[in-house]
Amino acid sequence: MTDTTSLTKKLTEYFNDTISGYHVDREQITLVASPPNLLKICQALRDEEDFLFSQLMDLCGVDYSAYGQVDWATRKTTATGYSRGRNQSQTEMDADKRFAVVYHLLSIKHNHRLRVRCYLSDENPLIPSVTEIWSSANWYEREAFDMFGILFEGHPDLRRLLTDYGFIGHPFRKDFPLEGKVEVRYDPEQKRVVYQPVTITNRVLVPRVIRDDNRYIEDEELPDA
Amino acid sequence: MPEIRNMTMNFGPQHPAAHGVLRLILEMDGEVIQRVDPHIGLLHRGTEKLAESKPFNQSIGYMDRLDYVSMMCNEHAYVMAIEKLLGITAPLRAQYIRVMYAEITRILNHLMWLGAHGLDIGAMTIFLYCFREREDLMDCYEAVSGTRMHATYFRPGGVYRDLPETMATYKPSKWHSEDEVKRLNSNREGSLLDFIESFTERFPGCIDEYETLLTDNRIWKQRTVGIGVVSKDRALQLGFTGPMLRGSGVEWDLRKKQPYEVYHEMDFDIPVGTHGDCYDRYLVRVEEMRQSNRIIKQCVDWLKKNPGPVILDDHKLNPPTREEMKDDMESLIHHFKLFTEGYCVPEGEVYVPVEHPKGEFGIYLISDGANKPYRVKIRAPGFAHLASMHEMVKGHMLADVVAVIGTQDIVFGEIDR
Repeated sequence: MTDTTSLTKKLTEYFNDTISGYHVDREQITLVASPPNLLKICQALRDEEDFLFSQLMDLCGVDYSAYGQVDWATRKTTATGYSRGRNQSQTEMDADKRFAVVYHLLSIKHNHRLRVRCYLSDENPLIPSVTEIWSSANWYEREAFDMFGILFEGHPDLRRLLTDYGFIGHPFRKDFPLEGKVEVRYDPEQKRVVYQPVTITNRVLVPRVIRDDNRYIEDEELPDA
Repeated sequence: MPEIRNMTMNFGPQHPAAHGVLRLILEMDGEVIQRVDPHIGLLHRGTEKLAESKPFNQSIGYMDRLDYVSMMCNEHAYVMAIEKLLGITAPLRAQYIRVMYAEITRILNHLMWLGAHGLDIGAMTIFLYCFREREDLMDCYEAVSGTRMHATYFRPGGVYRDLPETMATYKPSKWHSEDEVKRLNSNREGSLLDFIESFTERFPGCIDEYETLLTDNRIWKQRTVGIGVVSKDRALQLGFTGPMLRGSGVEWDLRKKQPYEVYHEMDFDIPVGTHGDCYDRYLVRVEEMRQSNRIIKQCVDWLKKNPGPVILDDHKLNPPTREEMKDDMESLIHHFKLFTEGYCVPEGEVYVPVEHPKGEFGIYLISDGANKPYRVKIRAPGFAHLASMHEMVKGHMLADVVAVIGTQDIVFGEIDR
């Protein structure tokens, strides 16, 4: 794969102030775009000679509302071993950035990959659809709508895709319970399958914990014991 | 004149040619398809959500169950994504083992595809031929992981165990006499690598047999030539990858273009089609099996000469051996911590694609630094392929729908996730 620095340079030169930012992490470039500029940026990414991202590989929603939250919090112990779990109140949710739509693009011509991320607010998760630019976006957007309730403006046929007929809610949101809300069973009296509220409860066997593993921290960043 | 309306027909979800639980709403004008609306999600298990609730390692097993005919390739992407976040690389021997098994899996997948696709459009014998060879490859799975399908063999930092020195053998029974068993066991005397080597020597002949049955077969050609034609531009637009893209004449293979593991050491070719119809995609897949066979052979040669570790010696990520655990307190603690809490992965996000038998299989992994992933998105190749159903079958006959489902190599485990 060609190196990321030249592409980063071209991207920043071309987009300049249309993008809200970019970062390179583990040799992968992420552009941050705002919804009003999205279509313009995507069109340029597909058609400009320097980019030619002819394929939309993946499109997915992300719900950032529980980012960095843990079930169990303590402090660190030694400088060489595992630290204790991190405190819970490290990241507060930003209501304007609750959701994100992430696009993964591939340029066959230049052998580049690019990630474009668009943050959306909690109360108004609305974003323009890119189906006109890449046909493959059609089902991916339907899926993101189904799972996260993100609305794609201009999508030709925004229906639910994966969930049951008549399903209520958006299951991949962090506030949707893992075990769901309804279950089905066969009712011998009515002689058909009926819905009822779930009877199982979720047992968390392994608590979610964040340890700032000291091997990945630079020496000066280490907090005091 | 009486008013003539199109007829709406339901296909599936239980239909032997639907390759699982596909429900199609077909709008037809006589025998000709006007509109197709696939209804999917009948096998939706919420793998991505489940993965968020479990430590990283416990989801490897879920990956097997996505595309359940190419198990280890799914694991491969997931494991490489974790490795990339952790910033580790597997030992060289482990990389060769992974590549070998990824190619064995490719053959497994293509054999299943060839058999089922043949059966769908009227070729019976090919199914039995393909399953004969699949059996041997399943035995290879069993030899390293103990299971024939859901292996959970790849781990972050390597593979679970080294290749075994012996193969399981058949025993005489009231169905198999001594002589017969002796014949069946003839290539199972040595190690697993010997067994795989004997397979690679035999397999090109087997592919010739399949081709004798199909490639010039008049009925096969009538059912596949000119069916479901996709042009180069449309294939790119629709997000096609793998044999579907190569069948349309785009020379693109991640193993060559963005090589991972030890694929850059391997000598193999990428077959490319010209017309973009079902027949070309058939030829591409058959040739891919031959190329995979070549890669396996190269891996076997290397692995025979180069013993070594197959997993990183880092007990923060991999469990210590049972022996170590029994008399070393530190190892016991590591073992306990790994199997209760798992390991924490540094904050960040990666997208790691692999060249899966069906196309580009990618894992987009976001970690917030916890012992469980924050978000896992699985980019399944079949999802994009099935989404193009309407475009591929519009104007074709009803029977061609089955041919197109076959050529797309649909498996619902990965589409519904």
